[in-house]
Amino acid sequence: MIYQGKQKIWSDYQKEIPADHWFYARSCIRQNFFPASETHFLKIGRELLGKDICDNEHHTTCGGISYHSDTIPQETAMTIVARQFAIMTECGYKNIAPSCITSFGNYTEILETWREFPELEAKVREMLWKSCRKEFEIPEHVAHTSDIMYTWRNEIAEKAKFRLINKETGEPLRVVEHIGCHYSKMFPHKGVGGAEYPCVLSGMVNSWGGQVIDYPERRHCCGFGFRQYLVKANRGYSISNTHKKFESMEPYKPDMIITNCPGCPYFLDRWQYVIAEMEGRTYGENGFGIPVFTYEEVAGLVLGYDPWDLGLQLHQVAVEPLLDKIGIEYDPKAKYLGLNEKDIMKPGLPENLRCF
Amino acid sequence: MGKLFEELSKDYRLKEGLKTCINCGTCTAICPAAEFYRYDPRKIIDTVQRKDDEEIEALLKSETIWYCGECMSCMTRCPRKNAVGMVIMALRNLSTKLGYFTCSEKGRQLYPLSHALNGNILKYGYCIHPETFRMEDHPEAGPVYEWHLQHKEDSYARAGGNYMQPGPGALRKIDQKDLDELKAIYDITGGTERMETIDRFSEAKAAEMGMSNEEYLKYTFEHCSAGHFNNEEEEL
Repeated sequence: MIYQGKQKIWSDYQKEIPADHWFYARSCIRQNFFPASETHFLKIGRELLGKDICDNEHHTTCGGISYHSDTIPQETAMTIVARQFAIMTECGYKNIAPSCITSFGNYTEILETWREFPELEAKVREMLWKSCRKEFEIPEHVAHTSDIMYTWRNEIAEKAKFRLINKETGEPLRVVEHIGCHYSKMFPHKGVGGAEYPCVLSGMVNSWGGQVIDYPERRHCCGFGFRQYLVKANRGYSISNTHKKFESMEPYKPDMIITNCPGCPYFLDRWQYVIAEMEGRTYGENGFGIPVFTYEEVAGLVLGYDPWDLGLQLHQVAVEPLLDKIGIEYDPKAKYLGLNEKDIMKPGLPENLRCF
Repeated sequence: MGKLFEELSKDYRLKEGLKTCINCGTCTAICPAAEFYRYDPRKIIDTVQRKDDEEIEALLKSETIWYCGECMSCMTRCPRKNAVGMVIMALRNLSTKLGYFTCSEKGRQLYPLSHALNGNILKYGYCIHPETFRMEDHPEAGPVYEWHLQHKEDSYARAGGNYMQPGPGALRKIDQKDLDELKAIYDITGGTERMETIDRFSEAKAAEMGMSNEEYLKYTFEHCSAGHFNNEEEEL
């Protein structure tokens, strides 16, 4: 195929992502489990790169988890999202940046549905007015926060203190990238690289010196499945899917995993703990697990931020083996301290999964 | 065409998700749920597009429509651009409206799901919240999260959060006016009615099963009968 032809095909997989002026929408799951990732998205964007990002206190959930657990009608989910758009509009912004893949998928689905069925958009506008006396503009751009980090990846690389390279061998670290299903499986043209070649995370890994590894179940779901995790009786589904991925990736000896979805890093981290405790099976070296990170955590590490400021103490799988490989210095005694070095004790240790 | 199919056809997710299925089975091949559960999305689509009310009613009362994880992997791969996951959402929606969800063990899980998720949204503004996250419900969260919950104000502060305080930030206290707006949205758009419908049918089922509402909530959240999975010999 001639070069121009390839370029034309690849252009179908590209997405326009403004690098600046965003209204930030927080994630239900990330606030709970990876709060420092959201903190550092804002810190990197605002303080390091000088970007304009609005973190407004009046926005809420998009309702996506409730919607995909089938506990609210479609109109309720749409009107909650319309309220998010209204607050974005009130704040003077035209672009919305959800910190959550479920939200990103939800916003995308809603906008595509309204485009196809304008009468539904009109109905939602009326319901929003009746319930909240609010009006909204359709966002000019919807980008997941990992899309935005992708546009910043080279600026971050220029300012980086570390690269994703093994300091002993000089070889690139072997990185598994896991894309959240709702990023581009529903609407491939809304994700960088589409559903077939999503490069939102691999682009960051390549820019920061790592080597992305391929493995058979690379695009398999982490196993969240909404009701399939949220209800205790269903979690066999969730852990089985994660187990399938780890069995598939283990022969390729990954050093780390990078993720862009709120739930995926939680499940890939915590189900490793459960598999270790139930079966005695671990996937990392020397009884450790394979450390799992959000893209903000990886950006923060290469930029030289303190690992405990990045919230890595909230992972169940120990991150220290990876920090040692890169050569990032850290204070083991500070890992579980509160703010201003307050002593807040330490967590217990698992029986099988090696942790600190 | 029966009345149930007519009702299903009003759902925008069916309009978007069901074109003409050619029964190739690609959705089943790619489906994470089909690998573990006794679940075949191809058969579900085939049943729906036959438009037979008797068959659709059986589907709405079945376990099978509740096995999907709504990951939407099927949507990417379907050569005819169907979205089985969207059709599943329409089926679940109708099953819930008609109260048929209480006919299946997996359908009855709507009761704990609605209480947890809608309860959190209306009280805290988000679907998940540390104030209602109980370690006995989530042993997989591990010793790190147990420690974190025991010291959550300090631990969130260390991570740059703004736990249950006014102003912006992670896990901030959502202003009452914003929560009132969410409640008004639920009231106007059918969210409140949906919660009441789930409660009404669930509590009637609890009485039929000889349980208090609290016992039913715990039972539906925790109990998994044999026979849901491909590798089990038992039949439900």
